Amino acid sequence: MNSMQVVAVSSPAKAVNERQGITRWLISTNHKEIGTLYLIFSFTMFLVGGTMALCIRAELFQPGLQLLRPELFNQLTTMHGLVMVFAAVMPAFVGFANWQLPMMIGAPDMAFPRLNNFGFWLLPPAAILLIASFFAPGGATAAGWTLYAPLSVQMGPGMDMAIFAIHLLGISSIVGAINIAATILHLRAPGMTLMKMPMFVWTWLVTAFLLVAVMPVLAAAVTMLLTDRHFGTHFFNAAGGGDPVLFQHIFWFFGHPEVYILILPAFGIISEIIPTFSRKALFGYRSMVFATCAIGILAFLVWGHHMFTVGFGVGPELFFMYATMLVAVPTGVKLFNWIGTMWGGSLTFEAPMLFAVGFILVFLVGGITGVVLAVAAVDVQLQDTYYVVAHFHYTMVAGSLFSLFGATYYWLPKWTGHMYDEALARCHFWLSIVFFNMTFFVMFFLGLAGMPRRIPDYPLQFANFNMIASIGAAGFGFSQLLFLYVVLKCIRRGKLAKGRVWEGAVGLEWTLPSPAPKHSFATPPVIE
Amino acid sequence: MLDTSVFNFQAPKTQIAHQIYDLHFFVQGICAAICAVLFAVLFYVLMRYRKRPNRAPMRFTGYKPIEITWVIVPCLILIVISVPATRAVFAMKDTSDPDITVKITGYQWQWRYDYLNEDIGFYSALSTPREQIDNREPKKENYLLEVDHPMVVPVGKKIRILVTANDVIHSWFVPQFGVKQDAIPGFIRDAWFRVDAPGVYRGQCAELCGKEHGFMPIVVNAVPEPEYVAWVADQQAAKHAALEAGTAAAAKTFTVEALKSDGAKVYTHTCIGCHQANGQGLPPTFPSLAGGKTATGAIAEAINIVVNGSTKNPAMAAWKNQLSDLELASVITYVRNSFGNAVGDSVQPKDIASARHEDK
Repeated sequence: MNSMQVVAVSSPAKAVNERQGITRWLISTNHKEIGTLYLIFSFTMFLVGGTMALCIRAELFQPGLQLLRPELFNQLTTMHGLVMVFAAVMPAFVGFANWQLPMMIGAPDMAFPRLNNFGFWLLPPAAILLIASFFAPGGATAAGWTLYAPLSVQMGPGMDMAIFAIHLLGISSIVGAINIAATILHLRAPGMTLMKMPMFVWTWLVTAFLLVAVMPVLAAAVTMLLTDRHFGTHFFNAAGGGDPVLFQHIFWFFGHPEVYILILPAFGIISEIIPTFSRKALFGYRSMVFATCAIGILAFLVWGHHMFTVGFGVGPELFFMYATMLVAVPTGVKLFNWIGTMWGGSLTFEAPMLFAVGFILVFLVGGITGVVLAVAAVDVQLQDTYYVVAHFHYTMVAGSLFSLFGATYYWLPKWTGHMYDEALARCHFWLSIVFFNMTFFVMFFLGLAGMPRRIPDYPLQFANFNMIASIGAAGFGFSQLLFLYVVLKCIRRGKLAKGRVWEGAVGLEWTLPSPAPKHSFATPPVIE
Repeated sequence: MLDTSVFNFQAPKTQIAHQIYDLHFFVQGICAAICAVLFAVLFYVLMRYRKRPNRAPMRFTGYKPIEITWVIVPCLILIVISVPATRAVFAMKDTSDPDITVKITGYQWQWRYDYLNEDIGFYSALSTPREQIDNREPKKENYLLEVDHPMVVPVGKKIRILVTANDVIHSWFVPQFGVKQDAIPGFIRDAWFRVDAPGVYRGQCAELCGKEHGFMPIVVNAVPEPEYVAWVADQQAAKHAALEAGTAAAAKTFTVEALKSDGAKVYTHTCIGCHQANGQGLPPTFPSLAGGKTATGAIAEAINIVVNGSTKNPAMAAWKNQLSDLELASVITYVRNSFGNAVGDSVQPKDIASARHEDK
């Protein structure tokens, strides 16, 4: 008995190493392996969501209905949004958190490794539910990713599948967020105070709190929808004493923090990359931390700006306008600090830096059009037009997605032990930024001219810009295959990477060898 | 062509639209200037501080005065923007003292306009032929922006609109008026506009409302006052004529053939969007009528679901207020005797009238 216990105590590390094949991934509790799973999953879903986008743009290439019937078109726009937000971008950031947070704070692993495994394995069933709903009677939900009642009450069983998928994705996000917050708060190496944490860690800490606060709100909204659909409640039905606008309030109380959930870790990534390639410490670290917290708090006060046209009185209209305009201040601080970091630095432009600079350029456009949209009276003209589509793709694609590409190139050598193909990676950047702007910049003009979003066919005066956008979208979509190729090539072979991959890199992860060993910081490093 | 500048808002035609136009120009101007300055600084930094041999990076990590400046300056700019922005919100929300009040109701997928004081009302649906949408005919100038029965308003009068919906949320949007008001089922919201110049103004539904969301445009004819008065008189006369025709029809018995041929027209106009040209529908939300249980079952049930809508499926609306007795009788007869259905019986306008009566 006694000897068996000794064996049991001494063998786990070995047992973990011996697991092979599918079980290695199914029951892995290693943060690096789970991080890889998250990233593979999210890139797969990115391709799925991107394919839907290309179908949408193909239909919109010309006026008239050519390829898709309106009902399928609406299903595709809805699922494109749901898949990209919940199954592509969110899990991608969690993947980076998994890989990087323990290495950046000197922890041996995440705080709750089994919960970590559980959180990931909730995702594939949710994705299967979402995709399979296309084959349900009546197809997938076609109510838009915002699922506004009462339209979503009309939908077929595909809607219920989406609701359950959202529940699974929500649980996954919540356990992931709890794990991340606990890891950051409890597993930092001795000497790493909160105000010494890398910015990526800070932004994820705030994001984790946002997630824990708002995912249950979304769960409540879709559950109320479910009971309205099947159990005779009338939360959103005026005939039963409910209110359709209530759904929007609940949804956007989740939805606005959600967009900051998608962008704050991106800010963190950019704040890591720019100092490295400027060979200079981050400018205004303290104000960066405060700006992150300020954005996190303001996130809860601006949901009404998604609803300027529901018919608020003057009071809420003005409150949400002022609050929304305020967001520009901490966001501006971040942009200025990045430029301040580069000022006086010694800049080189490897692929991560290209994506970071590209991020600043396009995110500025996305952010500044946010100020235009914050002005309630102007928003009334632009709400639900392509202007809004352009605005949020400038923040979500050029913001979140570009930061994810930059982060991949930045940390991939650390993970694989190989350098990626720099020439191809730069090529990926230039293709992405050119086609991205070709796709989405013209949408600002479409929106100004009054083209509503979510329509499968459009009046003739919108034809030219739509054709340009469709060509750009095809270019942007196919450029991402190059990214896949560069990553696969880097995993297989490439110049060997040093421990400190980048000349200007500081931070604990760069003190480890490349590729990072499966178990790192078993004894914590000490930070002065 | 529409009065459109391709890089900006459509030409504003109301006071609010002008205000929004100028406000947007102002805010966009400030934002463009900020962008230009930041881009210039950024490109300067990218060029100036490129890595060069023999030049070490500087070591500063912050500079309080500038960090405070770039919090305060944006705040000041926002205050400058918020002054006209606030004024515009007040102007937009001032629906007091209207000259004319029109209730606008969104349906899947058409609009209804009720002139509350003139006692007239009508539906307004897309009039672009399906052939153009399906690319079997060349598209005309006002493709997807034309309706069978436009809203008519006098120029220079303050029109207050009361916006609501029958089924799901829609949004009444006419860009040149600067009006976009969500239509929320069960609630009434208001907005207003006063058109400067006569003309035809076009817009589209701006809130996703189901599969024909892209096909429920809005057309407003703004006409001089006398023309408007004449139009109202015409509408009232037409309404009385329709009532009389209804009374006459109630007394008559129509043949199955006559009802079928009228019913085909009603079907094409009203039912085809969901139940499709072949009657197969798009199950499960839009069930098939070909061999359908209700469509070919007991006549009372068939009448009931068309007149009062479905109690189970909110997608099937009640049509009693949108169609006349004769139209309802025709279309039900048509459905029961088409798409391979051959019930053989007919529904007469008086059956509908009694169904309505029982309902009360």
